[in-house]
Amino acid sequence: MAALCEAFTLCGLGPTGGVGLGSGLLALEPGADPDHVLLTDRGRTATLFKVSDQKPLGCWSVKHGQIITCPVVCNFETHEYIAVHDNKVLRIWKDKDVNLDKVFKATLSAEVYRIHSLPHAEPLVLFRGGGVRTLDVLLEAPQQEIENVISDELKTIFFLSLCKYKLEQQELSNPLCFTAYIKKQIITLLCLYSSNSVYKVLIPLQQNSEEEEQTLSKSLLLNLSISGSVLKGTSFVVLDKDHVAVLGSLAASECLTIWNTKFQTLQASKELPLGTSGQLWCYGEKFFFTHGKVLTVVIYKCETSSLAAAVGKLKDSQTSDLSSFVNWNTLGDEELLVSCQSQQSVALKSESKMMVILKPMPCTSELHGISHFQDASTAAVEDELRQLLSKAQRPDFQAAIGCVISALINRCKADPMFYPRNFLVQMIQKRELSYSLCPDLMAVALEKKDVHLLQICLQRFPDIPEEITYACLKVFLSISDDYLERTDVDLESVISYIDIEPNNKEVKTEVVENGFSTELEEDGCDVTGMKETHMMDSVEFCPVGPQKAALLNAVLHSAYSETFLLPHLKDLPAQQAVLFLRYLHYLYVKCSEKINTTLPGVLSPTISQIMDWMCLLLDAHFTVMVMLPEAKRLLSSMHKFVRAQVRFYSELNKIEGSLQELQRIKCQKDSQAYSIEVLELI
Amino acid sequence: MGEFEVHRVRFFGLVPAGVRCMAYQHRGCRLALARTDGAVEVYNFAANYFMEKAIPGHQARSVEALCWAAGERLFGAGLSGDITEYDLERLRPARTVDGFGGPIWSMAANNDGTRLAIGCEDGSVKLFQVVPGGVQFEKNLDRQKGRVLCLSWHPSGTHLAAGSINFIRVLDVRSGRTAQRIMVNYHVPKSKKRECVVWSIAFLSSGTVISSDSFGRVQFWDWERGTLQDSHTVSTSAVLSLAVSEEEDSIVVGTSAGATYQFQLLPVKAGGQEKRWVRTKPFQHHTHDVRAVVHTPTALISGGLDAQLVIRPLMEKVQKKGYDAVLRKFTFPHRRLVSCARKARLLLFQFSQHLELWRLGSTNKTGKDGEVLPVSRMPEHLLQLKSKGPEHIYCSCVSPCGSWIAYSTASRFHLYRVQHEGDSISVKKVPGVPKLLLPAYQLQCASDSGRLFVASDRGSVHVVQLLEPGGCKHLHTLRPPTGTREAVYLLASSADGNWLAAVSGDWEVHIYSLKHFKHHCTVPTYSCAVTALAIHPATNNLFISYSDQQLFEFSIPEKQYTAWSRMVQNSGLHKLWLERDSPITHIAFNPKNTSQILLHDVYMLCVLDKSLPLPDNNTLLVNQSTLKQLSEPARRRQLHAFKICKKFQPLLFADLLDERCLVTVERPAVDISAELPPPVQQKKFGT
Repeated sequence: MAALCEAFTLCGLGPTGGVGLGSGLLALEPGADPDHVLLTDRGRTATLFKVSDQKPLGCWSVKHGQIITCPVVCNFETHEYIAVHDNKVLRIWKDKDVNLDKVFKATLSAEVYRIHSLPHAEPLVLFRGGGVRTLDVLLEAPQQEIENVISDELKTIFFLSLCKYKLEQQELSNPLCFTAYIKKQIITLLCLYSSNSVYKVLIPLQQNSEEEEQTLSKSLLLNLSISGSVLKGTSFVVLDKDHVAVLGSLAASECLTIWNTKFQTLQASKELPLGTSGQLWCYGEKFFFTHGKVLTVVIYKCETSSLAAAVGKLKDSQTSDLSSFVNWNTLGDEELLVSCQSQQSVALKSESKMMVILKPMPCTSELHGISHFQDASTAAVEDELRQLLSKAQRPDFQAAIGCVISALINRCKADPMFYPRNFLVQMIQKRELSYSLCPDLMAVALEKKDVHLLQICLQRFPDIPEEITYACLKVFLSISDDYLERTDVDLESVISYIDIEPNNKEVKTEVVENGFSTELEEDGCDVTGMKETHMMDSVEFCPVGPQKAALLNAVLHSAYSETFLLPHLKDLPAQQAVLFLRYLHYLYVKCSEKINTTLPGVLSPTISQIMDWMCLLLDAHFTVMVMLPEAKRLLSSMHKFVRAQVRFYSELNKIEGSLQELQRIKCQKDSQAYSIEVLELI
Repeated sequence: MGEFEVHRVRFFGLVPAGVRCMAYQHRGCRLALARTDGAVEVYNFAANYFMEKAIPGHQARSVEALCWAAGERLFGAGLSGDITEYDLERLRPARTVDGFGGPIWSMAANNDGTRLAIGCEDGSVKLFQVVPGGVQFEKNLDRQKGRVLCLSWHPSGTHLAAGSINFIRVLDVRSGRTAQRIMVNYHVPKSKKRECVVWSIAFLSSGTVISSDSFGRVQFWDWERGTLQDSHTVSTSAVLSLAVSEEEDSIVVGTSAGATYQFQLLPVKAGGQEKRWVRTKPFQHHTHDVRAVVHTPTALISGGLDAQLVIRPLMEKVQKKGYDAVLRKFTFPHRRLVSCARKARLLLFQFSQHLELWRLGSTNKTGKDGEVLPVSRMPEHLLQLKSKGPEHIYCSCVSPCGSWIAYSTASRFHLYRVQHEGDSISVKKVPGVPKLLLPAYQLQCASDSGRLFVASDRGSVHVVQLLEPGGCKHLHTLRPPTGTREAVYLLASSADGNWLAAVSGDWEVHIYSLKHFKHHCTVPTYSCAVTALAIHPATNNLFISYSDQQLFEFSIPEKQYTAWSRMVQNSGLHKLWLERDSPITHIAFNPKNTSQILLHDVYMLCVLDKSLPLPDNNTLLVNQSTLKQLSEPARRRQLHAFKICKKFQPLLFADLLDERCLVTVERPAVDISAELPPPVQQKKFGT
């Protein structure tokens, strides 16, 4: 959990560094020591502070009339300070220098926008026109020509490599603030929009294409809203892989907030009644921002958050790799990259590779032919993924798979040609997935009418919402048997009781199921059309093809709650409802044939599942069933069958005592010291 | 596949002896267990709790206490007054030393296993040093009246706690003096005062002495002050046994009502420093006295007079869902006590001190699956052979023709010639049996009844020729080329009389050629114990089952695993098969169908059909009842190699008499409990 500690004041600010946008400081940069910061105000002064002592260590200012235009940074390699004043004049000095006029000076040919300094790297100078030079290259020839890269009409972003990307235009909102970090060859760009959402954009670094601008798609990372009220962010920083801090205003007052992007929750907030300049910096677990007339420092704590920590079941993560149970400690996708230090190398590589694959493939149509590409890419992706999966065997792999599948599905949604079906089937069959782990998977499968995938999902997922179950049922009932015959459906649940070969239909002369025979039961009311009825409602033949039966069995097999299913079931078209009911009737009769009222085979529906669905369907469509002429016959046949069953069981009840006696005799026989029995092994 | 006529035998009146005491060796993950008849068994927890060694009992050698000391040496002491060291390679007592204190009631080894303390009938506690080649008397500690029923060393080895009737003593080991004497029945009102027997005691490194007594109390004492810290009454009957975990934060006690309880040292407040002993988990796995408990790092083990050994895993300590995470109960030995004369249809039952020979009945009817056929001739008890002397029987066998019976005790080997003349039967002891190195650990008759193979120590097997009308001759002794110290415990001979396979205690399987009396080859070493093996009569493939439930088939002529065996290893056996409880104890073959193999353990018998595909983890393993409901074409799709029948339980033996006739020997638990003394009466509400 993240927490904000007590604030303290670092220093007071002059008249320029006040509250409100446009005022405040020019920038705050880290100093050579982790405890040092370099403050550059909007005037002529730069100050070096030691944060823990709350005191300045040094202060430098340019001459009157000059103005520092670019934040002072520290070159971590040489412990020198670099500043630019009046846009073009570069100054470099050391700690012991007092007067800025006497230090190294270089006048450049173009206006400098920023200088970026990183540990173990030469500082980079970014020009206002978009050109970038490292400091040493620049100092060799200060007057060199700097190219203009940025054109004004596009919103473009630069990174350290000179690639150009075009961001998807967002309607009605503008980006307010960007921040980015690099992780394993991928730039993650986080972008705060004026719609109060933080978006995440992934940009691969190794990009060898010299084509035109690429459009980057972005994904919503966080929505800044606190139960109705909207936080108007002006500035934000990334704290770690799943925390961001936002400085912004909530209704009237401004506040500093820490958000968890994984759980989308507000972790900590601090009201800043005196107002801020909208700038926020964060170095070494400390926030720096202007609050009223002072520069305030707030120390924060930000621990890796996990569901386990939240519910108080956090165990020592060292032991977690022993466990083969689902590890809640490391559930989450980005977390894989950082938290599992021990297995980092493999994991990191695979993860980053995956990301490369999963990002939308650019310029597909231009590069390749139209039809050829789809196959190639899907197969290639499947191949790649399979390799990755075979390599990485880790206990928390489950969670990663969920993320991979979600990513794949997102891609499927974006690109209708892309559908790695075999891979998805394999994943669902091999791993213990659930609906909630990849919620959009079934929706996409429904859209594509991929009945086999749906069947597997229904069989394996424990938590499918009733709405989706219904949607599956509807799709299954609407697809024609002819079409299904050509598709690959798992027939395991039906082969045991439906004869698959269609020509193999021998009509039995008389069927007596648990004491009931359709012929023997006489009921005078529907003599007319008896023959047709027999053909139509005959329970000897399955009213649907084996493929459809297998799919319907999968629906019967899935868990549901009546209350939630019933409203959906009411929407089922009458014809389909009748067909389904006929199939259920068929199953019911089939079940009753056996003494133990179970259907043989694996995953075949139980009698209670059949009965429950029957009742549910009748409840949902009662009026329609009563009205439909073809349903009438079915209903009467069912009624007769049920009545016969009831009668049969009541008779059984009467002889219960005798049956028990038989049972007792059998037990007695069992206790004999010796017997010769017949055992059949099949 | 077909129908079998099953001779369902339930007249094998085996009553396994109760568990008397246990000792766990942490380093080797082995549990030594002594039964009330003096038998000692060693279970290897690393090999799926397989009963690796068994030393048969002795009438005069009761074992009251077992200790592992000096690494892997096992010592026992009993009411005979001797300390016995067991030879776990030759499976017999190696040497005994008299304690000179009358019957020994208790024995404890100190932490580093260098000293043994014994508690005697005369009230003395004696120290023995464990030296190479035995134990040596060191000294007597302070003697007081009353037998010493339990002993426990302080982990530092400086003090000993001894429990007697009515009091506990703490003895200083160096001076030999009594440092503290605690009366345990002090708080009992005078009118009710009766003897309070301290049954078990434990000395913790913190100085706490835990005692369990006949009043049903578990008490925690501060030994230096002699004060009672805590007392829990767990039962109205006696608390007989007590064991402490290595971390000393958990104890387990067993009561005479068959219940076991776990106590844990838990902080009074979450996160607080102050800790108290709290009774946490009650278990009721036994019907009778729990005489022995052991606390391993991951499980509570209890053994009772109802002969059951129960291993109850502590789920909070088990990280992985696997073989160790399941409750295990063992009642029967992992050995075969029945041998069968297939041709003569005789069964030989081995009891601890006698043998019974039975002839199976017959029927002249046939029937459908599940039917009980009328018995036209009842089974007949032909013979009872009582072993003379106090020694228990190691092994026995009857020849396939039924005319030879052999058995061995620790020091004697007996061979009998049985003559069947019509309905009458006569037995003649074969004179002049060769002087073999005894005991024999396993006996096996060749299929033509012409030879007897006698498993002996140091990996050797003696071949004895059986001569008509009643004689025998020692032909040869087969020895492994590399030499081993372990005794042979399983034998299998081929039907053509050419091959013999022998398994020694180091799990090496050696194959000998009987034509040339020569070592033929060795099966590649596998890291688990062999539980059964047999040679196929037609192909001469050796079929081996291991205690981790793996099955291997090794071609003797080709000296390599068969293609089928490789296929099994590649595709893996079904998950449920590997998770089974008890090891396969017997393998037999269908004489008419070379692809069918009969295997059985205590809970199932299985006909393995090698011609059918192996089941994968998604298919139903035990699918016979499902198959019976299916139509013929649907059946064919569902068939797999394992045809498992769980109808006969608990199954001690199963064999194929011919291709259509099976014999099963069951021992229902009800029948055993009927022969046990009545348990402690417990008042049940409403009775």
